[in-house]
Amino acid sequence: MKRFRFSSLMLVLGLLFIYAPMLILVIYSFNASKLVTVWGGWSIKWYVGLMDNTQLMGSVVRSLEIACYTAVAAVALGTLAAFVLTRITRFKGRTLFGGLVTAPLVMPEVITGLSLLLLFVAMAQMIGWPQERGIVTIWIAHTTFCAAYVAVVVSARLRELDLSIEEAAMDLGAKPWKVFFLITIPMIAPSLGAGGMMSFALSLDDLVLASFVSGPGSTTLPMEVFSAVRLGVKPEINAVASLILLAVSLMTFFVWFFSRRAEESRKRAIQQAIEEGAADSWKQPDVRRAQAPEAA
Amino acid sequence: MNMRKLKRRLNRIIPGGRQLVIGVPFIWLFMFFMLPFFIVLKISFAEADVAIPPYTEIYNYAEQKLQILLNLGNYSMLAGDELYIAAYFGSLKMAFFSTILCLLIGYPMAYAIASARKELQTVLVLLIMMPTWTAILIRVYAWMGILSNNGLLNGFLMSMGWINEPLQILNTNLAVYIGVVYSYLPFMILPLYANLVKHDHSLLEAASDLGSSTFNSFWKITIPLSKNGIIAGCMLVFIPVVGEFVIPELLGGPETLMIGKVLWQEFFNNRDWPVASALAVVMLAILIVPIILFNRSQAKEMEGKE
Repeated sequence: MKRFRFSSLMLVLGLLFIYAPMLILVIYSFNASKLVTVWGGWSIKWYVGLMDNTQLMGSVVRSLEIACYTAVAAVALGTLAAFVLTRITRFKGRTLFGGLVTAPLVMPEVITGLSLLLLFVAMAQMIGWPQERGIVTIWIAHTTFCAAYVAVVVSARLRELDLSIEEAAMDLGAKPWKVFFLITIPMIAPSLGAGGMMSFALSLDDLVLASFVSGPGSTTLPMEVFSAVRLGVKPEINAVASLILLAVSLMTFFVWFFSRRAEESRKRAIQQAIEEGAADSWKQPDVRRAQAPEAA
Repeated sequence: MNMRKLKRRLNRIIPGGRQLVIGVPFIWLFMFFMLPFFIVLKISFAEADVAIPPYTEIYNYAEQKLQILLNLGNYSMLAGDELYIAAYFGSLKMAFFSTILCLLIGYPMAYAIASARKELQTVLVLLIMMPTWTAILIRVYAWMGILSNNGLLNGFLMSMGWINEPLQILNTNLAVYIGVVYSYLPFMILPLYANLVKHDHSLLEAASDLGSSTFNSFWKITIPLSKNGIIAGCMLVFIPVVGEFVIPELLGGPETLMIGKVLWQEFFNNRDWPVASALAVVMLAILIVPIILFNRSQAKEMEGKE
């Protein structure tokens, strides 16, 4: 029992450690004083000032645009990869494939960024594309590493699925792609949503990859923030950072909310099916009735 | 008749659904993840040049002669220069100690989450997961305001009268440790939790029925069973930290030598692409064993094998 209390204490302290700095950052973004460390009363002038900063606003729009494209592509690619890893157990190069899917999770960003830039440069020399590095090259870089996260999330879900439903559909003559789109996709939809939002957030946050593969005139928000942060703490940056924190926490909340709702409706559907089954067996007493509550 | 023949021919050329499903992600990952490493390897043997792109070609073909010119100078320079060697050691040391710190702090936290009530667990996991989606940049930036000489921590300590002069924490290795542990702690906790929550409690009950103390059964049952989670968590922290750039750049000082920062400077400030490539190749060579270890534990996890 004593160890249990120790670990709970660690949990509380750890969460404090994780959240206190972010909370302080948000509070200080409302500081009226120009000196970052002196409290001069509440004010929203730094937020208002952001609106006039057209360069910053341009980078925000660009980052959001890239994040949207990334989320869509990473979900598609990551889901395919997860499907291959969980359902197609035997094919040539499977080990290599598994390695390619999971390695981007841990690969240091400076290595991925440098290697992708060199690839783009080599491609521009050989096939003349991409002439200019910008949104498309950043999108490719982000999609590659976000797909790995999506693959992990989706494959966890795919493994939990009851295969018998898909098998039943196949037995009834549905084509594999039809089974995938009409049965598998709806069942893994919550994890697709979670993966998409995760990719969106990761893409919005990335500094290192974008710095390597972006070209002149395609500065993203993190790059803008980084070049300002290098010079020290500034109240405007506090405001930007707080807004990003707000956006990410809202997104996290939505992921939690929707996945919980999906989970609840699924449970309700199962419950209903069991009750109906039990009601049926009530009319014709047999062994099924005794089994029904157990399945619940 | 002819149509059928045509159809059969087409079927042979157009890949079937199975090949397509495997092929699309495979080709994408090969193209944008694996192939680039070979290009890095190639350019690490080139020479820096004042040109666009700023390196020399390593082969040329003229008068029916193919010449391949491998410049080993970048590697011998890495081996000969103490700065680079110190940077590699600095990175490895930083990664090693912060991994241990994360494990020591993260394990009890993951254990506490896994033994909480079911509804509470999802909320706690979400609380741990949220920071991983937030820019590392912003979380590190938050610490800059806290640790600086006229920052909150020093202000607090001085107002309490515990110290007379501000402590120099920002721009030291201590600040980098704080930043690294802070940023990577969730990556340790999540795989540990995923592992711990699957444990069968009847084993612990059986042990305690047989008179084992709580600590003994924790040490002899829980820890060994969570081996996969520990490996995954440690690798998720160790490998990226070796190449970390943002944290040492913003929180570290002149004494902080880390390879990610050196690579960045070689690339962006000196525009020496071949040396940056050689640095990346050596870093990858150091990390290849941990990466394979991680991939194995992930493969087991993904296939659902234990």
